Amino acid sequence: MANPTRFPSARTVGKTLLATALALSLAGCNWVVMAPSGDIAAQQADLILWSTYLMLIIIVPVIVLTLMFAWRYRSSNKNATYKPDWDHSTNLELVIWAAPLAIIIALGALTWVSTHKLDPYRPLDRIDAGKPVPEDMEPLVVEVVAMDWKWLFFYPEQGIATVNELAAPVDRPIKFKITATTMMNSFYVPALAGMIYAMGGMETQLHAVINEEGSYEGFSANYSGAGFNKMRFEFLGQSEADFAQWVADVKAQGSPLSRPAYKTLEKPSIDDPVRYYSEVMPGLYDAILNRCVDPGQVCMKDLMKSHHAHHGEGAAE
Amino acid sequence: MSSAVQTYSDTTSAVFGRLTWDSFPFHDPIILGTFAVVALGGLALVAALTRYKVWGYLWTEWFTSIDHKRIGVMYMILGIIMLLRGFADAIMMRLHQAMAFGDATGYLPPHHYDQIFTAHGVIMIFFVAMPFVVGLMNYIVPLQIGARDVAFPFLNNFSFWMTASGAILIMLSLFVGEFAKSGWLAYPPLTGILQSPGVGVDYYIWSLQIAGVGTLLSGVNFVVTIVKMRAPGMTMMKMPVFTWTALCTNILIVAAFPILTAVLALLSLDRYMDFNFFTNDLGGNAMMYVNLIWIWGHPEVYILILPIFGVFSEIVSTYSGKRLFGYSSMVYATVVITVLSYLVWLHHFFTMGSGATVNSFFGITTMIISIPTGAKIFNWLFTMYRGRIQFEVPMLWTVGFMVTFVIGGMTGVLLAVPPADFVLHNSLFLIAHFHNVIIGGVVFGVFAAITYWYPKVTGYKLDPFWGKCSFWFWLIGFYAAFMPLYVLGLMGVTRRMSHFEDMSLQIWFQVAAVGAFLIGLGILCFLIQLYVSFKKRESLRDESGDPWNGRTLEWSTTSPPPQYNFAFTPQVHENDAWWQMKQQGFQPPKEGFLPIHMPKNTAAGMVLAGLATVFGFAMIWYVWWLAAASFGALILGAIIHTFNYKRDYYIPAEDVATVENQRGEVLA
Repeated sequence: MANPTRFPSARTVGKTLLATALALSLAGCNWVVMAPSGDIAAQQADLILWSTYLMLIIIVPVIVLTLMFAWRYRSSNKNATYKPDWDHSTNLELVIWAAPLAIIIALGALTWVSTHKLDPYRPLDRIDAGKPVPEDMEPLVVEVVAMDWKWLFFYPEQGIATVNELAAPVDRPIKFKITATTMMNSFYVPALAGMIYAMGGMETQLHAVINEEGSYEGFSANYSGAGFNKMRFEFLGQSEADFAQWVADVKAQGSPLSRPAYKTLEKPSIDDPVRYYSEVMPGLYDAILNRCVDPGQVCMKDLMKSHHAHHGEGAAE
Repeated sequence: MSSAVQTYSDTTSAVFGRLTWDSFPFHDPIILGTFAVVALGGLALVAALTRYKVWGYLWTEWFTSIDHKRIGVMYMILGIIMLLRGFADAIMMRLHQAMAFGDATGYLPPHHYDQIFTAHGVIMIFFVAMPFVVGLMNYIVPLQIGARDVAFPFLNNFSFWMTASGAILIMLSLFVGEFAKSGWLAYPPLTGILQSPGVGVDYYIWSLQIAGVGTLLSGVNFVVTIVKMRAPGMTMMKMPVFTWTALCTNILIVAAFPILTAVLALLSLDRYMDFNFFTNDLGGNAMMYVNLIWIWGHPEVYILILPIFGVFSEIVSTYSGKRLFGYSSMVYATVVITVLSYLVWLHHFFTMGSGATVNSFFGITTMIISIPTGAKIFNWLFTMYRGRIQFEVPMLWTVGFMVTFVIGGMTGVLLAVPPADFVLHNSLFLIAHFHNVIIGGVVFGVFAAITYWYPKVTGYKLDPFWGKCSFWFWLIGFYAAFMPLYVLGLMGVTRRMSHFEDMSLQIWFQVAAVGAFLIGLGILCFLIQLYVSFKKRESLRDESGDPWNGRTLEWSTTSPPPQYNFAFTPQVHENDAWWQMKQQGFQPPKEGFLPIHMPKNTAAGMVLAGLATVFGFAMIWYVWWLAAASFGALILGAIIHTFNYKRDYYIPAEDVATVENQRGEVLA
């Protein structure tokens, strides 16, 4: 655990339990979903374990009783009581409805609270369990475009863009704004946080933070056709200094992302190499989102505005 | 038509649409090999049928039959045939994924692999699970309610052939053209005409549209049958539990299938007429499709599982020699599940990015379904309690189900917690979950049901040795095949991948492949069981019509039941009607028989469904003249059929007396 003073989390307990329960050693295995490196994913892993424990309160007795009754009341066991007409017991009925109900009330409460707390649209309020986000710390904004079939990342603050490589400093909140060109994909870095869909003409958001330096896998988790399999990228969690160096490298090694360069990139391709862009045509992400990269196309947001204006006029008549 | 193939001459395309020699997969050795095997098998079958002169028998006694029992059996045979196809897809996928690591690419090219996982899902749900469930209801429900047939016997035959027609189209896609490469729910924009210009998605659309008509009509038929045709005295709260679950399932079918039809029609408009319901541009939105298809899709899983809950209720009570514990609570639980199944669809796409409150709502409604489901499990448990359980094969499946299904239920509720779903959605954990409930629930239930009712259908029991082999191979095979997928999901491995870089994952896929192989042995044992039981039918024969000391009315008839089911409509006084009749020393009447009014066979269902197949094929290949002609003929045929007044006949009282007295002699 990153923070030794922290109350033993469900994950710590769970790791041991899970290991014994499944009789599988975690050593050497890469259970990234259960042992992630970002605070959001860590809370999601905790939630998986707590929910599982809650449900096991019901599941284990059911399985045990099933096997026990099946054995005890086998027809060859003439010592067991046989009551062929017994088919009702109000008390038992109360228990069999109330017990699952009680578990679901607890789980429902957990769901309501955790769903709001871990809402991907909600800005972070903590870096990890013991560390709130400092007041003067702004999140790093990354604009993500799922293309056929590669990932394009814009860094508006740094003025750069990359293909199939994503980097972020550790312990600084990241705000992802996510869209797609054509196919629907799902943006997922298991070590960092849960996934969210990338959809054309729409923007989703994800707030997350990476707490440990390292290189992690990112990919599309929603099948999107021919190039889906190779739609993977490397996510680098870096120290402030390394991240600054990475940005400098992108600027030094990259070429500008102009409209023509984007149009070339937009053509469907599979298993693309990492690409760096030293500067980006202003407003390109916004144009992709609003489906008006080509000159002369009306942007969707403007189309809707004019449509609303027109509609309002008509209604007034 | 934005992308109709224009490279061929206008005359050719006017006649054949986009069908050309290139549409036939001569270049693909795997498909060609499959085709050769299927073609040879088909020829051998045709030759055998001709040699033994059974075509006439099949035509008059089966294909044109409007007897619900015959139609039920035909549904089950369709389900078994399609199970073999769907399982072939499964084993190909398992084998491919176990091989395709690092430098090895596996043996399937990606475009072929993508078709296989799509076909596997579509076939297993629409053409295996559905025919099995509808087939069981067809055979059993009228017998359980003391009726002589369903409310609309011709419609029933037509429904079956429409389902078969969809299955024919999907099988055809293997050899003529291609199938969709889109996943089993064919989400746009991937399935839009720009992204998928080929015939694959059109095969998907038309096979489901045609089969969907069959399913919907069958749903109407059974709602009416159950509501209107119950034997006197059988009030709603005296219906057998299987009939109750069948009623709820058919209500779900009637309410849900029109949504599927509508959403596929909208997708067709997008593809055929340049509409923009689900495109990214011009105000279209693919998430509307995703919402609509799941508003059908979630009730669909309850359409499959509810009747199976009914099956287990019958089996548990029969083999425990005991009344079902908590009959009313079982009924209420079924009704509650029916209603709630409409309030949970969004849990299939929490990751769309709805607000936290919307996601919480759908997460919590999903969890609430586990309460009545839990109550059902407890009811089965307390039916076993203080019973005298005979571990016949159906009971083995039932215990296997109870243990396996609760695990699948638990992982399902886990996936209903939105933040947990964010890390598990679309992962192999999800795949493991739904196979856990569909195999552990529906498939186990279907095998239990087949073994349980087989003596009713054929007059002899299934051989228990091969049944036990099948059960154990399925059970162990299931755990070996799907527990590794749970683990892989927790390692962040996503579904629908045709190649992997991380070599450390390979061992899990290899274990899963072994599991799939064991399941294959389970299927093989089942087929051997059918054959061996047929060979040994004299020693397995059941003369009583009631081999398990049953409780419901189907066991009061002979096995197989006479065409008219009941010479006299039974009078029902309480639950477990047949049990009570036996307690009171029921003797079948020996005289006083009356002529019985029965519906007549007709070829209309087969003809109309045949025209629908041609229409679907023509639409898929853009053969517009044929589409117009077959659609016209379909409408005309349906109208002409309404003028067929020779629809019924009477079985003379003497014939009834002969059949009934034969039975009396056997029993005496």
